[in-house]
Amino acid sequence: MAVEITIPTALRAYTDRHAVVSVDAGTVEEALQALTTAHPGLAKHLRDSSGKLRSFVNVYLGDEDIRFLPQKANTVLAGGESLIIVPSIAGGAR
Amino acid sequence: MSEVSTQELPGLDNWEIARYSRHLILDEVGMTGQRKLKAAKVLCVGTGGLGSPLLMYLAAAGVGRIGIVDFDVVDESNLQRQIIHGSGTVGRPKVQSAKDRILDINPRCQVDVYEEPLQADNALQILEPYDVVVDGTDNFPTRYLVNDACVILDKPNVYGSIFKFEGQASVFNYVDPTSGERGPNYRDLYPEPPPPGLVPSCAEGGVLGILPGVVGCIQATETIKILLGQGTTLSGRLLLYDALGMTFRQLKLRCDPDAKPITELIDYQQFCGVVSIDEGAAATDAEPEGFARLGVSSIKARFDEGWSPFILDVRKPHEADIVAIGADLLRPHEKVLAGELDGIPTDRPILVHCKMGGRSAKAARALVAAGYGDVTNMEGGITGWATEIDPSLPTY
Repeated sequence: MAVEITIPTALRAYTDRHAVVSVDAGTVEEALQALTTAHPGLAKHLRDSSGKLRSFVNVYLGDEDIRFLPQKANTVLAGGESLIIVPSIAGGAR
Repeated sequence: MSEVSTQELPGLDNWEIARYSRHLILDEVGMTGQRKLKAAKVLCVGTGGLGSPLLMYLAAAGVGRIGIVDFDVVDESNLQRQIIHGSGTVGRPKVQSAKDRILDINPRCQVDVYEEPLQADNALQILEPYDVVVDGTDNFPTRYLVNDACVILDKPNVYGSIFKFEGQASVFNYVDPTSGERGPNYRDLYPEPPPPGLVPSCAEGGVLGILPGVVGCIQATETIKILLGQGTTLSGRLLLYDALGMTFRQLKLRCDPDAKPITELIDYQQFCGVVSIDEGAAATDAEPEGFARLGVSSIKARFDEGWSPFILDVRKPHEADIVAIGADLLRPHEKVLAGELDGIPTDRPILVHCKMGGRSAKAARALVAAGYGDVTNMEGGITGWATEIDPSLPTY
């Protein structure tokens, strides 16, 4: 099932500048796997060495943080959903 | 913030009534709202891109007392976005420059100046007198510090953050006056910061000058709404702004049931993995990196002795358009990290440089890992070279 993943500016260097990447996946986890398979440079920015999603990167399914969904990353996708990756940014003063 | 009864609010004189007339004729503000603003005390941490428009609008709106925290001085390169400062205040402390501008906008505003870095040992004392705290900082340690201090002191924290063309805004630790429920805070959004170096700063990554203007104005709007007790704040919502796509998106933000309670301030430099220069040098001694780190004057001296390395510029092409020092090859560091090494000779010493020395160190590490034996990183980058060796070159 096709799902669109929105990539933030900070990580577009690893997706050949694409702001949106379309992948086929049945769950959120599969979608993230498909994304990093297509763009391997992203992997270390999204996951730590044990494969866990990094705690300064949030993934939203629609407007819900997947951390707060009952099935978390195993949430099933019907197709047509949009995922958004939102990393921590700190800029403001300098 | 504590609810003040209408009788205790300061009155408005005729000068103030004339000045704030466009507020006074709004039902949602009126005399009571304007008197609330006059009684209000707001602290803004940072007088840079976000703080600039925010402070100017809060002053114009009639906020009675404004505190500002910053230890930086105004630099020419700030003026592309930090509109509270001007050409005439370059070199002056930002808090003084900002205070002058605030008083020019509204001479009745009381401005408290804290010309010092906000740290764990002064944060509670500095934040304590204020009703609302605005986070306009530029680094993770201070953001977590502001967040934790606001939670401990029970104050709303109006958050804004920017990167290149994107901004985030929210209101943290806000207690809904009707339900009494406390909203999420920064640690519910991001339990931990990224390790240093993984996310480039605005100085490295760049930022559209207008972006902090938009995000800072959103923060100012939220601050005024909290003070007035009007409207619906961003508590429980994360607002994302994308200037290139010109889209606003809002995401749900919830209290994390797994979050540890915040009861005391900690060592935020350590929490964010920031290593001081001395510790960094010690780490280098303990674990050799496999490449040399030379400052620009040492490199100049070696050039003068006839050293002729292959010079690899790992900046982006648009940066090389601004200023260059005759590199043999321009290849962005991401490509070097991804293993694109063709054209980089294995039989010559390699000198790697970028703007300030961060990206080139990563590229140097990648070259060493790929088997290059004689690799040198130019510490301070082309900015250091332009500052110390060849002042005819521009800096950016």
